Amino acid sequence: MSDSDSLVEITDMTFRRDQRRIFSGLSLHIPKGKITAIMGPSGTGKTTLLRLIGGQLRPDQGEVIVDGRSVPDISRSELFALRKRMGMLFQSGALFTELSVFENVAFPIRVHTDLPEDMIRDLVLIKLESVGLRGARDLMPSELSGGMSRRVALARAIALDPELMMYDEPFVGQDPITLGVLVTLIRQLHDALNMTTVLVSHDIDESMSIADHICVLSDGKVLIEGSPDDIRQSELPEVRQFIRGLPDGPVPFRYPANDFASDMMGAES
Amino acid sequence: MTTRWIEVSVGAFVVAAGLAFIVLAMKVSGLDYRSDDKSTYTVYAHFNNVGGLKPRAKVTMAGVTIGRVDSIQIDPQWYDARVTLKIDNSMKNKLSEDTSAMILTSGLLGENYIGLIVGAEEEMIQDGGQIRDTQPALVLEDLIGKFLSSMGKE
Amino acid sequence: MISFLQTTGKRVLDILAGLGRSAQLLIAALLGVRYVLKNFHLLIKQIYVTGVLSIAIISVSGLFIGMVLGLQGYSILVDFGAEDALGQMVALTLLRELSPVVAALLFAGRAGSALTAEIGLMKATEQLASMEMIGVDPVKRVIAPRLYAGIIALPLLCIIFSVIGIWGGMLVGVEWLGVFDGSYWGNMQASVTFGHDVLNGIIKSIVFAIVVTWIAVFQGYDLIPTSEGISRATTKTVVYGSLAVLGLDFVLTALMFGDF
Repeated sequence: MSDSDSLVEITDMTFRRDQRRIFSGLSLHIPKGKITAIMGPSGTGKTTLLRLIGGQLRPDQGEVIVDGRSVPDISRSELFALRKRMGMLFQSGALFTELSVFENVAFPIRVHTDLPEDMIRDLVLIKLESVGLRGARDLMPSELSGGMSRRVALARAIALDPELMMYDEPFVGQDPITLGVLVTLIRQLHDALNMTTVLVSHDIDESMSIADHICVLSDGKVLIEGSPDDIRQSELPEVRQFIRGLPDGPVPFRYPANDFASDMMGAES
Repeated sequence: MTTRWIEVSVGAFVVAAGLAFIVLAMKVSGLDYRSDDKSTYTVYAHFNNVGGLKPRAKVTMAGVTIGRVDSIQIDPQWYDARVTLKIDNSMKNKLSEDTSAMILTSGLLGENYIGLIVGAEEEMIQDGGQIRDTQPALVLEDLIGKFLSSMGKE
Repeated sequence: MISFLQTTGKRVLDILAGLGRSAQLLIAALLGVRYVLKNFHLLIKQIYVTGVLSIAIISVSGLFIGMVLGLQGYSILVDFGAEDALGQMVALTLLRELSPVVAALLFAGRAGSALTAEIGLMKATEQLASMEMIGVDPVKRVIAPRLYAGIIALPLLCIIFSVIGIWGGMLVGVEWLGVFDGSYWGNMQASVTFGHDVLNGIIKSIVFAIVVTWIAVFQGYDLIPTSEGISRATTKTVVYGSLAVLGLDFVLTALMFGDF
């Protein structure tokens, strides 16, 4: 796959947080116009990866290129313009608790445009309609259920018709109905708005069902990259453990400890 | 909680604090225009010893406050204390040249203040004039010393 | 021994780094003044939250402290026959010390802890991160209005505290214990100077406001976004805020009233 097909290109990127190396020499690309799922066990820095793409964090080494521009090196105003073209759905929804549903969705529009009030109103209602929550516009975030607030957050994330849409663990903690709604919504919005979608998740079935392209992360590196079928057929033991949800394997079940028998004999080492 | 209510209550809060500030300025600290330089005139008095007299101490006549002590400095020529008094304009041209000033104490442990006793001369003290007849503050140690030496003589 | 040195050194470095981050935050938030003026409703809202909602506790505390001062002052002064000086004692105590300090301590407990918890919760629920993703600097949008609101609200609360306290002292001294009200006010006016006592008290209060609000917003902004982190940061706000107020009070008092 050549560069022109990728919206996001990450090359040989290293990132540390408090001495702990989260990524070491990570290289990854996200193809334009497709749904890419980034998967991996908890603690592999999937959310951190999204923040690096969004320019909220700076890599220690390597490049993060979004649409041909290196994110860590651009100026504040360029970053501001770039973020206008990105939407992000946070794990907790991250609705602003002091604003109503309507104002939450209107927030990015007010920040990035100088549209008159009636046009903002129309836009917000269109976005809320697309997630089926037009009737909830006057509620406060505290009055919404978990699934509803995630849908409102989704409406806010797509308020400016982003080219790159990022989802941080969208399926975590949702009931089966909401899960189905979210999967459908993500697919529909992706097709309708002609976006590039990045999805960070460790829910295998849902991710497999909607993704065109999958990256599995482990130990700060890309373990395998390819279509869902490629992943399923992979013979790599780590991948197989992850896909099938086996408790023990290359990722050990046990936290490192000394010999069980001698520990039980009460010998305090 | 509507925006309107928030705005109104914040406005009321600011007004209340403003009024409280005016109360502090006027009623509590007694800051008013009458205590300006315009409404007082200056008189100097030299004392051998001012004891515990402080700036802003009151200046009284017959127990009524008629002014304040503005500042106290050492006079390097005579090595005594030069006290600047601000006397209310209502007493202008009413203090005779031989007015006497003494440093008094209000109560046993109270603050020092200046008491004026008017004399009999025709000439009046002008703005910037001086009170010549002064009595220094009573210093407790001096009193005890005198008392002891008078005991010794007996 | 070496590990002791290591941990001590690490702790010192951590403290220095924390100070550095908090200074950065303070400067960045203060530089957000243009954003705050452009979005004035944010400031009004925060003055409401920090100031108006603290009026009740400030008024009640002011009243009781004034009344206690009246009672205690009278019982001391009456032995010297100096109960006429009650007014000046109550007023000077309140204006110079008690109003700025007690108002700031109450403010740290009431408004400061709420600020920390609110900002911490916004951080924990990723509201700050999502705001940044949308392209709004959370320091300008969230921190700056709260900082300025605190700096405005506390001195106003302190002034209200003083007036209510002096009135409370009068209530006890004049109405109940029978001090002549002419000498209550007269002695007060004779001894209280506007520039020296009233303004210095307000200056103290402004300094406390900056420090307490600064600590509160920093603790909220810098906390570890878990429920334990929020509760610890809230405690820190109250403890550090109170200690800073008391420590600074000594320094300020020495500077303002220390020259005899």
